[in-house]
Amino acid sequence: MDSNLLWIPLFPFLGFLLNGILGKRLGNRAVSVIASVAPLLAFMVSFGAWRKIIDPASSGALHWDGFPWIWLDGILEIPFALHFDGLSAVMCLVITGVGSLIHLYSIGYMKGDPGYHRYFAYLNLFTTFMLLLVLGDNLLLLFIGWEGVGLCSYLLIGFWFQEDENCAAGKKAFIVNRVGDLAFLLGMFLCLIYFGTLEMSALTNADNIAQVSMETTGFMADPDTGTGGMAVITAIAILLFIGATGKSAQIPLYVWLPDAMAGPTPVSALIHAATMVTSGVYLCCRLMPLFEAAPMALSIVAVVGACTALLAALIAFTQNDIKKVLAYSTVSQLGYMFFAIGVGAFSAAFFHVVTHAFFKALLFLGSGAVIHAMHHEQDMRKMGGLRKQLPFTHLTFLIGTFAIAGVPPLAGFFSKDEILFAGYKAGIMDGNSLATMFWYVSVATAGMTAFYMMRCVAMTFWGNSNVDAKLEGKVHEPGGWIGFALFVLAIASALGGFLNVPEFLGGHAILGHFTGLHVSHANMTPEELDILHAGEWTSMFISLAIAGAGLLVGYLFYRNGSGLPAAFRSSAPGAFLGNLSENKFYVDELYAFLIVRPFEAISQLMHTLIDQVLIDRLLVGGSALFVRGLGELTRRMQTGFIPGYLLTFGCGALVLIYILLNQLAKGGAQ
Amino acid sequence: MIPELESFKMPILSLVTLTPALGALLLTLIDRNNKALIRQIALMVSFLGLLFSLIMVGNFDATVGTMQMEENLPWIESLGISYHLGVDGFSVLLILLTSFSMPFVFLSTWKAVDSRVKEFHIALLLLQTGMIGAFVALDLILFYLFYEAMLVPMYLIIGIWGGKDRVYAALKFFIYTMVGSLFMFLAILYLYNHAGTFDLPLLLERLRTTNPLDGTQQFWLFLAFALSFAIKVPLFPLHTWLPDAHVQAPTAGSVVLAGVLLKMGTYGLLRFAIPLFPEAAMDLREEFCWLAVTGIIFGACMALVQTDIKKLIAYSSVSHLGFVVLACFMNDVESLTGAILQMVNHGLSTGMLFLMIGIIYERRHTRELADYGGLAGVVPVYSVFFIIAVLSSIGLPGLNGFVGEFLILFGAFRADAVWGILAASGVVLGALYMLKMTKMFLFGPLVHDANRNVQDLQTREILYLSPFVIMMVWLGLYPSTFTKLVQPTLSLYVQMLQN
Amino acid sequence: MFSLPALLYLSALLFSIGIYGVLARRNILVVLMSLELMLNAVNIALVGFGRVHALSTTSGEHGGQIFTLMVLAVAAAEAAIGLSLLLLIWRRWKTIDLRELCRLSG
Repeated sequence: MDSNLLWIPLFPFLGFLLNGILGKRLGNRAVSVIASVAPLLAFMVSFGAWRKIIDPASSGALHWDGFPWIWLDGILEIPFALHFDGLSAVMCLVITGVGSLIHLYSIGYMKGDPGYHRYFAYLNLFTTFMLLLVLGDNLLLLFIGWEGVGLCSYLLIGFWFQEDENCAAGKKAFIVNRVGDLAFLLGMFLCLIYFGTLEMSALTNADNIAQVSMETTGFMADPDTGTGGMAVITAIAILLFIGATGKSAQIPLYVWLPDAMAGPTPVSALIHAATMVTSGVYLCCRLMPLFEAAPMALSIVAVVGACTALLAALIAFTQNDIKKVLAYSTVSQLGYMFFAIGVGAFSAAFFHVVTHAFFKALLFLGSGAVIHAMHHEQDMRKMGGLRKQLPFTHLTFLIGTFAIAGVPPLAGFFSKDEILFAGYKAGIMDGNSLATMFWYVSVATAGMTAFYMMRCVAMTFWGNSNVDAKLEGKVHEPGGWIGFALFVLAIASALGGFLNVPEFLGGHAILGHFTGLHVSHANMTPEELDILHAGEWTSMFISLAIAGAGLLVGYLFYRNGSGLPAAFRSSAPGAFLGNLSENKFYVDELYAFLIVRPFEAISQLMHTLIDQVLIDRLLVGGSALFVRGLGELTRRMQTGFIPGYLLTFGCGALVLIYILLNQLAKGGAQ
Repeated sequence: MIPELESFKMPILSLVTLTPALGALLLTLIDRNNKALIRQIALMVSFLGLLFSLIMVGNFDATVGTMQMEENLPWIESLGISYHLGVDGFSVLLILLTSFSMPFVFLSTWKAVDSRVKEFHIALLLLQTGMIGAFVALDLILFYLFYEAMLVPMYLIIGIWGGKDRVYAALKFFIYTMVGSLFMFLAILYLYNHAGTFDLPLLLERLRTTNPLDGTQQFWLFLAFALSFAIKVPLFPLHTWLPDAHVQAPTAGSVVLAGVLLKMGTYGLLRFAIPLFPEAAMDLREEFCWLAVTGIIFGACMALVQTDIKKLIAYSSVSHLGFVVLACFMNDVESLTGAILQMVNHGLSTGMLFLMIGIIYERRHTRELADYGGLAGVVPVYSVFFIIAVLSSIGLPGLNGFVGEFLILFGAFRADAVWGILAASGVVLGALYMLKMTKMFLFGPLVHDANRNVQDLQTREILYLSPFVIMMVWLGLYPSTFTKLVQPTLSLYVQMLQN
Repeated sequence: MFSLPALLYLSALLFSIGIYGVLARRNILVVLMSLELMLNAVNIALVGFGRVHALSTTSGEHGGQIFTLMVLAVAAAEAAIGLSLLLLIWRRWKTIDLRELCRLSG
């Protein structure tokens, strides 16, 4: 019971309220102070909580019982409760740490924007929801954060709402995410039905999982016997994973993330690279035992992850917008993480979440510095040679590039190596042909990552300047908070890998142990351990070689005046592949053609046919017409000629009298 | 439960119900040219109504599920009609919702209605009495009386103070509803012939013990009741009066219509149609659930292609109330709680959306989406409130809409996964049309010069919108304040249906 | 000198003439007169029956005659209202032809 936990999300929330309501009157200076102090305070509280749980005497987790939320006594009891353990501790520290840096960076980046206070209010709100997401003790509370960050993402992508494109991108992000959230919701229903609760501890409890594993759903069952349906646990895992594909931009729901780059660059760094998009991975890690009990779901995760990694890398080859390159790279790296989860290496996936947060935030902020310096020019073809004007940014960007490419000993090297080894082990060492195939895919992607990042650096910073003559003199190194944030993140990207140095390199996998995701080797025989370590060495050399090759080829291709890209594009297969990649494999067009436009057309058609014609015209109008027709007939009896009425009246009276007399006569007869 | 009030015996339900009518009576005495006074009196009366409702809720015992604060006076003794009022978990929140929204309705019409102010306010006050009366009546005839009494003021509000095609819309509304309630009236008379009483608790007792109905009787009587309520909800395919009525009605009319009047249908299903004829309701469950699911998706699709903002929101009501109807047929405490919460939530979010549309209509006199765009830069405060209402409507977790939808979808999914999945897809579609509207309405470039000088919210407007926002957050984060009130009643109800 | 059947025949004749007048004539004045005729036909029948009744009983009741007086009074009132309506109709529409006064025609 520790109500201090509440302060972690509450500080940014207060910042949001202050800036949102009073922001305009407070003035930009006060807004920036409030906005950046809020996540810093949250960071400090998280840090304090972290200190508490690493104390060996503690139970390793803090818990706040909170208050009843959706609460029907004895029927459905979902509290608003927070839980702080190793996994959420790391996430909290990353979110508030990187978050604070990005808040500081934004002070410089957003200077002079008319929506200054609005921007910081949104950013604080995002931090609140993200913290709620990682602290939530049950899936539904996590879902508040889950949708809440989606909302902030929507608001921030469309931050410059005067542009139609930005709003469209924000809308797309929200709706695509909602599709994923639908599956998430259904997954939660299954959990509620079979586990009877949404509490994390119950969902990861081995006994509960063993019990639920016996159950099957009617889905995919034998139609004759009604048996052999999909296991409930598999269904839950798949549904939750579909939810994750929305938030973490995996096939088939990745399409929103590249468009999301319409938002301000610090937003892309914080939300669409470092934190929000990794929440799908966090979800899987949080529910590790549940996913481990569903091997079929895990193979789907692995396949989807590897395919996404490859597809996004292919697209990244030809993007000319510096932010788009980074966006596709993010999609690709997220694919990596899911591949790791799919082959059972949750620890590696989570490690990559952390290191990726560092180096991708660095890369985005670096690109932001470039864009800022270039007065909002994002096209790399109009850059080049910026090394001279922006030496510091160039240096930090290079560190980020080497980190993502996997150059030792930078952060990305360790985490990526762990993922590749996990694939190597699951595929080649354990002899699983599917895993082997996708291990090859992931190795190839590693090389491609190095290649396109090299391309990005070369086009932006090296070679001859293609900068607009009017801008040429004005490009200057950003100072102040922007430089500070770049500096800190560059150090983190360089050293972050040492958080989780694997055992064969003499480390202790601290992060993996701390988060409880690490698979222990303690029960292995020395021979088995030797084989394992040999595999680890092999895998490491392979990944080093492929990263080096990628960087080298990238350099050869895009160094000044090589002419190789143009030559490649002029060959027939090159032109074909290039077009495909440049147009993002026409996925957006395909979705528009298959789903979006038919749906709107059908709606329009139904509106006309069913609502207006069938119901309103035929049924409602028809019954009105029927009544009117009846009236038309009967009104002819109303002549207005009084003697006529009298005649009718008289005849009627006679008939009545006749009947009456008859009755009387009958009565008399009786 | 407020202890001081326990011993304080006053006919609180009558007070809640009849205060507005008395207020209307008072208004008849005021000079018609003294518009300010008329508005002030109507507002005071509605606040008085709210006060009485709060006292009622304070007196409400959340530990029992039976009828409370009953008042039972003989009225037309020769026909066995009595003035029987009572409140339980089904109605308590709806009464509160009605009394809660009325003062804000009056505030919203402060400037909007300027012709025949006196008649307008009298009509609204009578409408309030009708609505609350229908929620508290426990005598079938009394209920029918209030139920029909709502029609006339609403008909006048649409027909006199409405838009261009107001007469068409008013007639369509009136006749649609009238047709339904006629069948219900016949069914009520049949029930009287059968069981000899109009009193609901007595009737329920007799139908279960001494005078059971056979299958055919149940079937037809249920259909007669359900038809009337389905029109009111409105359930697909009986919904086409709603878009017309909403588009033509003045803001106050739309708010009351969406906020409270539509709930009469679902309330009627829960209070009368299903408990009176449980077996028929079970037999027809599949059909009604399919209609509800169709309505959810169909309403959403329709909303997607509308160009008139009010029409869009009207269709969204069709979609949202589909959830409630679906839940009405689920017979478990989760779904039913969800149903009641969803009724309240829809009242709040759609009511607020209509208020906001009314505000912008006062300034720009158009409801076409194409005439707007880029307003967020001109009216930032308005935009914030609007977006909050939209988010509440699409069920963002943490706001009110989510709690109800979650409970309903869970119940539906548990009953039949297909219903659950289809209904849940309505949530995605909800985001689709609402965000499309928001984008066209608030965002994008400012293309129309007429929008350049639109005035932002005034203090009065902020004052009457803020309570809605507060309620949305309250219901979203701490719904147990309200679920506590309804749970005992629902548990009893489910038990009763299961026997 | 007193013969009930003769009286009844007379009454029936007058009544038929009255009905004919009411149904067939177009002039409101004539219709009103025919109406009076019908009332008086009833009066004759009442007087006749009253006489028979009075003869057959010893108490000497005069219900028939009293009723006749009632009818006469009502008929006078009716004629007064009818004629004044007629006058108003004439003033307003300048006609008392029933065929032209058919504003209720549907």
